[in-house]
Amino acid sequence: MSSYDDFDRAKTPVAIRLRQCSCTFNGSGKGRTAQTALHPLDLEIRAGETLVLLGPSGCGKTTTLRIISGLEQPDAGGEVWFGDEEVTNLPIEKRDVGMVFQNYALFPNMNVAANIAYGLRIKGLSDDALKRRVAEMVDMVHLNGYEQRRISELSGGQKQRVALARALAVRPRVLLFDEPLAALDAKLRDRLRVDIGQLLRNLGITAVYVTHDQAEAMALGDRIAVMEKGRIVQLGTPREIYHQPRTAFVADFIGNVNRFKVQGRDAEKLHVEGGYLRAGLHLDAPVLYCRPEDIEICAPDSAPLQGRVLQSVFLGQSQRLLVDTGGDIPLQVESDSRQRWFPGQPIGLSVAGEALFPIADVR
Amino acid sequence: MFSSKTIRSRHGLFLLQLAFTLIVCAFMVVPVLMSVTAGLTENYFVGLKSGLTTRWLLEVWDLYADSIWLSIYLALACLVCTLILGVPAAYGLLKCNRRWAAFVEEMLLMPVAVPGLATALALLLAYGGSQGFRTSWLFILVGHVLFTLPFMMRPVLSVMQAIDVVRLEEAASSLGAGQLKRFFTVVLPNCTGGILAGALMVITLSVGEFNITWMLHTPLTKTLPVGLADSYASMRLEVGSAYTLIFLMMIVPLMMIIQWVGHWATRRAERVGP
Amino acid sequence: MSQDVLATEGQPARRAVFHPVLKRFRRMASHWWLAPALGFFCAFWLLPFVQLIAIGAQPDNSSQTLGYWAVLTHSQYLWSLLSTVLLSLSVSLIAVAVAGVCGCFLARHRFFGKSAVLAMLTFPLAFPGVVVGFLVIMLGGRQGLSAQIGQVLSGEHWTFAYSLTGLFVGYLYFSIPRVIMTVMAAFEKLDPSLEEAARSLGASTWRVVRDVLIPGIRPALISTGAICFATSMGAFGTVFTLGTRINVVPIAIYGEFTNYANFAMAAALSVILGVVTWISLSLARRFAGDSVGGGA
Repeated sequence: MSSYDDFDRAKTPVAIRLRQCSCTFNGSGKGRTAQTALHPLDLEIRAGETLVLLGPSGCGKTTTLRIISGLEQPDAGGEVWFGDEEVTNLPIEKRDVGMVFQNYALFPNMNVAANIAYGLRIKGLSDDALKRRVAEMVDMVHLNGYEQRRISELSGGQKQRVALARALAVRPRVLLFDEPLAALDAKLRDRLRVDIGQLLRNLGITAVYVTHDQAEAMALGDRIAVMEKGRIVQLGTPREIYHQPRTAFVADFIGNVNRFKVQGRDAEKLHVEGGYLRAGLHLDAPVLYCRPEDIEICAPDSAPLQGRVLQSVFLGQSQRLLVDTGGDIPLQVESDSRQRWFPGQPIGLSVAGEALFPIADVR
Repeated sequence: MFSSKTIRSRHGLFLLQLAFTLIVCAFMVVPVLMSVTAGLTENYFVGLKSGLTTRWLLEVWDLYADSIWLSIYLALACLVCTLILGVPAAYGLLKCNRRWAAFVEEMLLMPVAVPGLATALALLLAYGGSQGFRTSWLFILVGHVLFTLPFMMRPVLSVMQAIDVVRLEEAASSLGAGQLKRFFTVVLPNCTGGILAGALMVITLSVGEFNITWMLHTPLTKTLPVGLADSYASMRLEVGSAYTLIFLMMIVPLMMIIQWVGHWATRRAERVGP
Repeated sequence: MSQDVLATEGQPARRAVFHPVLKRFRRMASHWWLAPALGFFCAFWLLPFVQLIAIGAQPDNSSQTLGYWAVLTHSQYLWSLLSTVLLSLSVSLIAVAVAGVCGCFLARHRFFGKSAVLAMLTFPLAFPGVVVGFLVIMLGGRQGLSAQIGQVLSGEHWTFAYSLTGLFVGYLYFSIPRVIMTVMAAFEKLDPSLEEAARSLGASTWRVVRDVLIPGIRPALISTGAICFATSMGAFGTVFTLGTRINVVPIAIYGEFTNYANFAMAAALSVILGVVTWISLSLARRFAGDSVGGGA
């Protein structure tokens, strides 16, 4: 039983550090040009936090995850550290990580219980301890009664829960998710996202979560690393990423933005097309941005910004208006969905000063 | 009016195609039926009225039992060899880079692409000198393994690709499984469908192989098809027919199982999904 | 804003010197799984075949010219090469035409007894060449079906089995099941809405066949035709059963080797035959992608 006791002790979470990790793949085409999947990257993931790697496909987020997991090796010079231990040259099977894959990667030749028990068996757990742990995991992911089912008899959501239980059963030091919800339909994705979020908070395990879905990233990440073309372009909390995007790419990838070209300024007003914005002079950038939901609709005659409705799109819980204020790109305004707007109708708008932000790389 | 006319003409086309298909069908089946009848009649020249008999079958068994057994042993030995060589090779092809895989596959396919006669001749000229090897059944086995290896590799490889073995292995390795452990607990059990299909194919091909075997055989290492050719050339029609009948009884069930396994495997693959 | 890309300071520098080597070794690991099969192949096929190519370049027994040169200059060998090619070509064309019609019909219609018909059309797939030869004898041999019919109709024994005609019938018998299987598979992959779209645009049955169906399965037709060609070129069992007087390349090779011990000639003919079948099978695979091809 001692092995079980040893195994049962919850592990203290471990920090992950990547140092100068780049990854280049040998080209297989005619020119045999090497392709850089990842530029040299330094990244620290704090012990116990959930870091989301977010970006479009081909941005290097999966490569980063695979380097952390040990499925891919960084080019010479790169280092991967788990806490105080360098694991750069450890293959994945020695790294003690749990991994959840996009297409589940459950073993079709085994039933649910055997899938969950696979890692435990390799660890050499006694039958007793193994059974107890499997029951615990089945309980955790709410699959009681499904232990003897074949994998082919499960729905997508159930499969992913089995995959999660399988990864967690071995008490990994680090939990890695590779777009785990991408293969599920929208409703199920929302539910499982909540479940996973709760689980991660309860376990307090260090987790890295790869996704291209911004809603998922916002909901799950303690911090988000937005990646583009093999580089991290911004790393911060979901709030920072959303409200203070540092590049146009980040601003655009996460939600929609409106763009104001400042034409002139006096005491408290920034003059833009269609009127003015009330904002302090501390915003000295020539171009300012704000999110669609930060624009308020007010009476047309007294409003600081005036324009005409071009189009309204009913979305159910809200509606999106396109408003022409004379600029080259119409403003996007999110408003409640009860009031009806018609094309050509005059409309008044105002933006709170704190909702405006500049973007560093746009001048 | 218009539509009824079109439909009638389409119906006529259907009947025409059906008749044509049935004629082709007759072309395929009639000679087999004739051969089966010939193998069971007392005297084929006289016809069915001479009576039915099993004496030709028994005569064939007396004359050729050795060659039939040898063929069975050979097929099983060939199966073992293709399993040992082919399954790891399929796995290797899956894991190595695409250009090299295409090249290796092209190479291993050569004994199928080139006529068996040429393969046999090459083997004879290269190894015919080593007497012990030349006269043993192993010489024929080598030819059969060369010829059947791709037929084991191909279905195994396609099953591996269909169930995304690479991903399953990554999952297994993340749970701590080493290379050999992964191969035996995850890779092998999940390609049983492909292995089964390949195995049946290998046995069928090995039992029926003639082109290579005829050149490689010695009077002491005659296989079933070699015996068939021998009986066609030197025995009366009834004996040849009876021998063909025995061969059919061996090969047709195998063929049916292969088709059934094929259907079963595709259905299962569809259920499991990617 | 929190710290961006963290600079990690004060890490003990532990450089991995063997790192690139290890990376390459792990990529190489897949090759070890190929080693047994490749080793076997090299020892028992590649090496012997290279030697065969070399022997083909040696002077041949009778004319004392190089084997390959003798093939190209002696009318006897050229003629057998030509007749084999012509025979194989015509077999492939007819088989594709006949089986194309049947395959199209079977893929597009459901009727009572279809599975039985399908089984009857495809079970000869497993017959080796020798058996096919014997079946041709059953049809056109001295005691065969045509002989019996001829006896009744004209009092003569009609026989065709022991000639090029018999060989043609045998190869056709051999090829039809393969083509039917391929054509049916291709038809099932073909999107039926294409045909429906053509119909909705007013195309007649014939135009649908010409403009939609045949272009749709053309790759399959070309590939299966090429496989038939290669198989017919290299087949030995059928012609061996029908009699060794028919002048096709495999019989020529067999004759040179066993009767005259003319190794150079046999090797040269084999290599040429191998090149021809290999090219046509590569062609087939380029069009069809998978399917191992060849056989028997």
